[in-house]
Amino acid sequence: MSAPLEKPRSFQEIILRLQSYWGSKGCAVLQPYDMEVGAGTFHPATTLRSLGSKPWAAAYVQPSRRPTDGRYGENPNRLQHYYQYQVLIKPSPANLQELYLGSLAAIGIDMDLHDIRFVEDDWESPTLGAWGLGWEVWCDGMEVSQFTYFQQVGGHDCHPVSGELTYGLERLAMYVLGIDHVMDMPYSDPDSPIPLKYGDVFQQTEQEYSRWNFDVADTEVLLRHFEEAEAECARILAEPHVDPKTGKRIIMAHPAYDQTIKASHIFNLLDARGVISVTERQAYIGRVRALAKMCADAFVQTEAGGYTPETA
Amino acid sequence: MPDLLIELFSEEIPARMQAKAAEDLKKKVTDGMVEAGLTYAHAKAFATPRRLVLAVEDVLDRSPDLKEERKGPRVGAPEKAIEGFLRGAGVTMDDLEIRDEKKGQVYFATIQTPGREASAIIAEVLENTIRTFPWPKSMRWGAGSLRWVRPLHSIICLLTREDGAEVVDLDIDGVKSGRATRGHRFMGGDAFEVNSFDDYVAKLKKAKVILDPEERAETIWHDATNMAFAQGMEVVEDRGLLAEVAGLVEWPVVLMGEIGADFLNLPPEVLQTSMKEHQKFFSVKNPKTGRIEKFVTVANIETRDNGATILKGNQKVLAARLSDAKFFWENDLRTAKAGIDKWVDGLGNVTFHNKLGSQKERIERIVALAAELAPVAGAEVEAAQTAARIAKADLQSEMVFEFPELQGLMGRYYAEAAGYDADVARVCQEHYSPLGPSDDVPTAPLSVTVALADKLDTLTGFWAIDEKPTGSKDPFALRRAALGVIRLLLENDLRMSLLDHLSAAGEAKGDLLSFFHDRLKVYLKDQGIRHDIIDACLAMDGADDLTLLVKRVRALSDVLGTEDGVNLVQGYKRAANILAQAEAKDGVEYSFGADPKFAEVDEEKALFDALTAASGSIKEALASEDFAGAMGQMAALRGPIDGFFTAVQVNTDNEIVRRNRLNLLSQIRSTCGQVADLGRIEG
Repeated sequence: MSAPLEKPRSFQEIILRLQSYWGSKGCAVLQPYDMEVGAGTFHPATTLRSLGSKPWAAAYVQPSRRPTDGRYGENPNRLQHYYQYQVLIKPSPANLQELYLGSLAAIGIDMDLHDIRFVEDDWESPTLGAWGLGWEVWCDGMEVSQFTYFQQVGGHDCHPVSGELTYGLERLAMYVLGIDHVMDMPYSDPDSPIPLKYGDVFQQTEQEYSRWNFDVADTEVLLRHFEEAEAECARILAEPHVDPKTGKRIIMAHPAYDQTIKASHIFNLLDARGVISVTERQAYIGRVRALAKMCADAFVQTEAGGYTPETA
Repeated sequence: MPDLLIELFSEEIPARMQAKAAEDLKKKVTDGMVEAGLTYAHAKAFATPRRLVLAVEDVLDRSPDLKEERKGPRVGAPEKAIEGFLRGAGVTMDDLEIRDEKKGQVYFATIQTPGREASAIIAEVLENTIRTFPWPKSMRWGAGSLRWVRPLHSIICLLTREDGAEVVDLDIDGVKSGRATRGHRFMGGDAFEVNSFDDYVAKLKKAKVILDPEERAETIWHDATNMAFAQGMEVVEDRGLLAEVAGLVEWPVVLMGEIGADFLNLPPEVLQTSMKEHQKFFSVKNPKTGRIEKFVTVANIETRDNGATILKGNQKVLAARLSDAKFFWENDLRTAKAGIDKWVDGLGNVTFHNKLGSQKERIERIVALAAELAPVAGAEVEAAQTAARIAKADLQSEMVFEFPELQGLMGRYYAEAAGYDADVARVCQEHYSPLGPSDDVPTAPLSVTVALADKLDTLTGFWAIDEKPTGSKDPFALRRAALGVIRLLLENDLRMSLLDHLSAAGEAKGDLLSFFHDRLKVYLKDQGIRHDIIDACLAMDGADDLTLLVKRVRALSDVLGTEDGVNLVQGYKRAANILAQAEAKDGVEYSFGADPKFAEVDEEKALFDALTAASGSIKEALASEDFAGAMGQMAALRGPIDGFFTAVQVNTDNEIVRRNRLNLLSQIRSTCGQVADLGRIEG
């Protein structure tokens, strides 16, 4: 375990340190996925790449949206748009816990002063048909990360197993920086010529989106979009594997998976609008899961998913 | 004889699984050893968050040699049979012995199984234990296929003798055994080697790990209570939490902190639940104020600032959590004061069961039932309806959404805040009771009324849609609901015809009543009452009045504990048998009044007199439901009945006398059958 570094001074410095730490530990530092997702796990670099036999190591920031968590920027901890830091390594290395603790040291957490604990927390994503075993990591009683060994994704057993780390960046940064209200957190360095706080960047958007999510989003349009995404996903995957134009085997797992992501986010919006009843909820989740499974089935038929002509 | 030490070192094992896992390790390893002939003197297992440990004392050095004699085929038997025998016994023709038996010469083989070294047996048993360990949930990791609760990193498997320690070699999918382990994750320093269990325990302690979970729990409790005592406070006892917390740390460090003044006015149950559920804190109560004012948290590390940073962090998290709780509490209070009906209306959007409608519809049914039942429990109808309507309103509150285990209790607080009478408010909390066979039964008439209505609605509803418990499956806890009804009625001595209130079950009404009777049998059986006694009473009218039924049952059970009672049943059965045979033969029912003037012998006259005398007082006793009195009167008839049967032959040639006697028997049957059908008593 490396010695703790100087305390970081801003939200962005914490992100930069995590990027450089995981980059130095051999992870490809990827960029956020360019679609609305509820969590970093939805990035195809996690969901799809955790499937199949090919080794993988990636780390990235993922902006995440949870419309029901909107509080107009008033709640000190809750946001409808926030950032997750995500690490996925396949197969999970034997020293993953040590690597993880090293990342805490990298962002200035002194392991000799704090109480770090691995507390049982099994992870399950009903919409992705995925589950794993692991912990939530506590620092002085506060959950700072999720640590999961993926066992199944999209209904497929994970072989080899991926180790997944998810950091809730705002919460973690607020703890490290000693900030009580998220909007007060320095986003950039407080000594820079134009210092920006988290609130300078996001206070207004939280208000705008909270209003839209809860009261204005057109539910009829959303319902239609959900159906369309669902249909499009199935249609894409029903295409023959061999592209008639190029004559190549091109299974469109990623475009289909985009439609799954879309359906999932639309469902979250509909949920925030309060138009989904308790019984319907389960049915919607089941529909998204069915799409995720179809995409997983398709992905393992692709080269990135471990397919070779010999294994066919 | 050597001692055995096993340590299975892994990533953090869930606290709730540790105790059982330690026991499973002990059982699987020692059972396996004994099965292979390797006995031992003593075994004890331990668990910490990162290790399962087994120490076995005085293990045999090797399993004893075994000698087994096996009888084979006859001499001259087909070659194939002899070959098969040789193969099965693992011997050659030369090893066989020929013995003379009655039927001729027979081959015998003596199979020698030499004992095996302890290390060989242990290696095999431990590998099998690891590969088949009964974790409630297990996982794979990395590229391997081995399963364990979390990744398994190393194994100590060591046989210690006076002259040194020997590693039992194991290689389980690349996890190799050795004699090295690690101490505390942060304070333990480098890996170290051990050569015996005592050495292991001592070195662990140096490396800041207390191996024994009981010792950790004791340390926590001791330090926590001392710390509280020093400030004139007391720790709220919670054994489950203590065991859990002891499973979250290898080196417990107890810290006590303050609950912010802002939160001290929250209901104590809310403080306690929030602190326990979210943060595994113990509550610390000030006996002078009766309030929970501090908390105890248990860290896993000693720090140079004596835990100041840790405590500060924990306090901050607590403040955030309690701010939420306070926000819920204040919001809920505002809503409740504005009118709890808003919550009740909100329950219209919550499905209770897709075939039984929403929670609101369910509440409406419970309100109607409560109105029916109020007179039974001695409650006012209007108050019962009010109480039933708001009893479940708190299901819509934010607090109960966050902490479902506070349902009912919060309802009571909110109803009081909304200005309802204390009696009505109390129903919110009490109508869920009794929750099990040992839970207290409410006694306040309003609570009893709504508790009954709630359970009867559940039962009739699920019976109406044919969702009854089957075998071990009872997802809607219907057995518990029925037992609740039974206990509410009996323990409050309430009288009602159950069938009158089961109409919502529709055609399944009768079946539901039988279900109640079955549950009643189970309930009474636990109190030592025989099922045939209950069956005898169930045969009587009014068996859907459970309180009345149980009065009969108890009276009958008591009387059957006396010699008179047992003999009465014999006499009754004899009378009934003779009568039944005669009635079958003659094709008539002998129920016409017997006439004493045809009595021939003294014993016959005596029975007439006794029956006449008794029937009046039995009638009187029955009219006041004094079943014990009635049974006593009947038991007193035992003498005259016995005397009659000794002296008299019922089936005489004189048809008039015979008929008169049969009619007399009929009188015994009708007189003594008024509390229960004694014919159903066994023996």
